[in-house]
Amino acid sequence: MTHKKIVFVSRKAPYGTNAAAEMIEAVLVTAAFDQQVHLAFLDDGVFQLARAQTPEAIGHKPFAQNLTELGEYDIDHVWVERESLAERGLTEHDLMIAVSLVNRAAMAEVLAEADILMSL
Amino acid sequence: MKFAILVTAGPQGHQAPDSALAFAKAVLSRGHELSRVFFYGEGVLNANRLAAPPSDERHPGRDWSRLAAEHGVELVICANAAIKRGIREVNLAPGFRISGLGQLTEAMVAADRFVTFGP
Repeated sequence: MTHKKIVFVSRKAPYGTNAAAEMIEAVLVTAAFDQQVHLAFLDDGVFQLARAQTPEAIGHKPFAQNLTELGEYDIDHVWVERESLAERGLTEHDLMIAVSLVNRAAMAEVLAEADILMSL
Repeated sequence: MKFAILVTAGPQGHQAPDSALAFAKAVLSRGHELSRVFFYGEGVLNANRLAAPPSDERHPGRDWSRLAAEHGVELVICANAAIKRGIREVNLAPGFRISGLGQLTEAMVAADRFVTFGP
């Protein structure tokens, strides 16, 4: 299979819609296919990475825990947009995993360099 | 050029499946190849054979089946997304096939252009 750089763009909050949960499912499957997989979190998508989520309170599984296991799935890079965090009163210390913080202009470059953009 | 399409919106709640259909027809009419249409999330509801909108209303599910019959386009729905929404072999519309998410990866990697239609 051809080897491509696939950037999954996640811009939705973790709950409220199942977009984020279904995105992670697709990420993990794609990573298993020996592709260069990147994740880009921007807008409300950055909330997916917030520590200490308790979705059990609204009857949801803590799917975001999967994000802490990304290292085991050979994910190449996790990008987070600095402005999106700041606009929501978050800093990188509030995130559950180590990420590459980039500003909006640099995020545009990350997306521009992808062979495939995957947005759910 | 080789195209692959992803549909993530259901047939009733959103314009996205109609746009995807129009795009698919345009791709084929210009002589390009449409290797696969993959349905994920609410998109799997396009494959529900039991959907029966009034005859004067839009019916994307039926139109997908026609596209498959007329052009041999492969329509694949995600098994996990389908089972949780009650789509099974027993109510699967003609032309659709149930398979895994790996088919999405395979299609997007093999295509020159991968286009998503969602909510």
